[in-house]
Amino acid sequence: MRAYIFRRIAGMGVVLFAISLITFLLMHAVPGGPFDGEKRLPPDVVRNINAKYHLDEPLAAQYLTYMSNILVPQISQSDAPASQLTDALIAFSVGGTTFHWMNFGPTYRSTTRTVNDIFRENLPVSAQLGVLGLLVALAIGLPMGIIAALKHNQALDYLATGVAVAGISFPAIALGPLLITVFGLTLRWVPVSGWGSFAQAILPALTLGFGSSALIARLTRASLLEVIGEDYIRTAYAKGLRDRRVILVHALKNALIPVITIVGPLFAVLVTGSFVVETIFGIPGMGKYFVDSITNRDYPVIMGTVLLFAMLLVIANFAIDLIYGWLDPRIRFSMGRA
Amino acid sequence: METATYHDPQLPGASPAVVQLAAASGKSQGLWASALRRLLRNRAAVLGLAIIIGFVVIAIFADQLALRPYAKQSLKDNNAIASWLPYVFTAMKPVNVPGGYAKINDAFPLGADYVGRDILSRLLYGTRISLAIAFIGPLISLMFGVVFGSIAGYYGGWIDSLIMRIVDLMYAFPSLLLIILMMTFFRSSLNSPPPGTFAYSLGKLDAAFGGLLFIFIGIGVTSWENMARLTRGQVLSVRQREYVLAARAIGVPDIRILIDHILPNILGPLIVAETLAIPTYIATEAFLSYIGLGVNRPVPSWGSMIAEGVQGITTYPNQAIFPALFLALAMFAFNFLGDGLRDALDPRTIN
Repeated sequence: MRAYIFRRIAGMGVVLFAISLITFLLMHAVPGGPFDGEKRLPPDVVRNINAKYHLDEPLAAQYLTYMSNILVPQISQSDAPASQLTDALIAFSVGGTTFHWMNFGPTYRSTTRTVNDIFRENLPVSAQLGVLGLLVALAIGLPMGIIAALKHNQALDYLATGVAVAGISFPAIALGPLLITVFGLTLRWVPVSGWGSFAQAILPALTLGFGSSALIARLTRASLLEVIGEDYIRTAYAKGLRDRRVILVHALKNALIPVITIVGPLFAVLVTGSFVVETIFGIPGMGKYFVDSITNRDYPVIMGTVLLFAMLLVIANFAIDLIYGWLDPRIRFSMGRA
Repeated sequence: METATYHDPQLPGASPAVVQLAAASGKSQGLWASALRRLLRNRAAVLGLAIIIGFVVIAIFADQLALRPYAKQSLKDNNAIASWLPYVFTAMKPVNVPGGYAKINDAFPLGADYVGRDILSRLLYGTRISLAIAFIGPLISLMFGVVFGSIAGYYGGWIDSLIMRIVDLMYAFPSLLLIILMMTFFRSSLNSPPPGTFAYSLGKLDAAFGGLLFIFIGIGVTSWENMARLTRGQVLSVRQREYVLAARAIGVPDIRILIDHILPNILGPLIVAETLAIPTYIATEAFLSYIGLGVNRPVPSWGSMIAEGVQGITTYPNQAIFPALFLALAMFAFNFLGDGLRDALDPRTIN
């Protein structure tokens, strides 16, 4: 088990390194620097700016500087003036010495704000939206899948399966406008844009989670149908347990294991999907910054967003795999490939 | 997956269902004929197929069906609506009621967009983009996936490890972020390189396709790994079968064994997987066009039409709703067809 965890962590390191390198190279392969706008700057100014952001150095050096700013914690004494402190996403103190970790650098679009500022202000919004979307997906998907399995090949099953197909057929960019028009403009039940109140979160969370709820419903249905056919369920019925208890306690516990495994990949879908939902509903999350940063060649924002999200995804998948093994003792982690 | 045994003449590993089916139908039937029969009995799949055929007809005859050219602007009619629209979209107020703002012009059946282009005509032309993605996207993904997957599965050893490691890496990469980065790179670096270079010809080719070429490449790069995994597994399951060993024993070259003997036997699951992936490809193109990295303006894509419509959705919901419905309808149809194909090609699901 310990060997497995070490191997996985090493693997995650390799994946993140590859992602950072690919992102860095693709980004710098795009012609046009961040500072050639419509207004041509004097060459001296451009040279100074490039020097300030180390853009005049060889690519390899730029990459190393960038990565070491993120990975190597900067140490500062607690009595140092605040202005000298390195900007960092994570700061922790050990006995009077403060370590500043994960400095994602400046954004080229602002002289005062940093990428970390953007993360601090907008990431929580995207995260909230992502979690709400996940909750919606589970709250709709699980009951739908369970009902479909229990009423196998009956009208309710066909209805639930039909709704599920509809769910995966509505991408966020199609579902968002539809929900806005029906529930926001025509019925006037909920506000159509903005962020901050519960009512404002309803439509975005639905838009984000509905498609994934269909996925969860399909998986729950298939998995529950398989489990219901197992011997131990027949045993449970045979010893006279009530239907509800057999399903909810005995069957569901094992049927949900495959469902849990897709929460990791689902998280990826929801996070990237939240970018779209944010632009549709005017939500101040990471999405707008990421899309803008691409057109503006704001390298540190592109790089930082991709890296941060890749990190979240890799860690989420790893956590899911560990939970998976813990839930189902039949699964043994082995060193070899399956 | 043991679904790869259909063409094996002796049916040594075939599931009982296959044997029963062959016996029940009286005369022997090919895989594809019986699959087609099962597919046509599935009402949802037939409905999906009918919708797709409808879209194909629209795409082919868009020039004849559209009321006006997709790029023709009519600035005096910007944001005009047809007179029936306010009855459906009650939030919209035509000019002839108190507080109304929307111009009425029934020459635009679904209204006009912000520069006075006919929304219906643009929707019809947009069908071409989505259908091109639906038919060519799977071919590209299949091509790369089958080549790498069958090499990995057939030869094994270090080349298998290498390919599967790359596949693992691609799985960990958030694919939408990768495709966004790639599209940014393609759009800006290959659209204006010096004439005479390879990149220049590629950019010209892409422009000739209305910007679709790079979208195909992007979809191919982010989707081949699924297909490679599936192909590898399928090849592994058939490569020790008697007919493959026999072919090898009489000295058939590897490439011929792969193409003539292995590929026909593993094609079923691959086709099902690709059909089920088509809605994802359509959604990817729409998403890219939505964020401005898709097809070139003014070529209409449902995704870019939604993006333009969402800007003013509170005043003119029709501009975003109709492309959204078309997009959903197309994805719906391909999902139904994919589900039906899966059931038809997988004899284990026969009741």
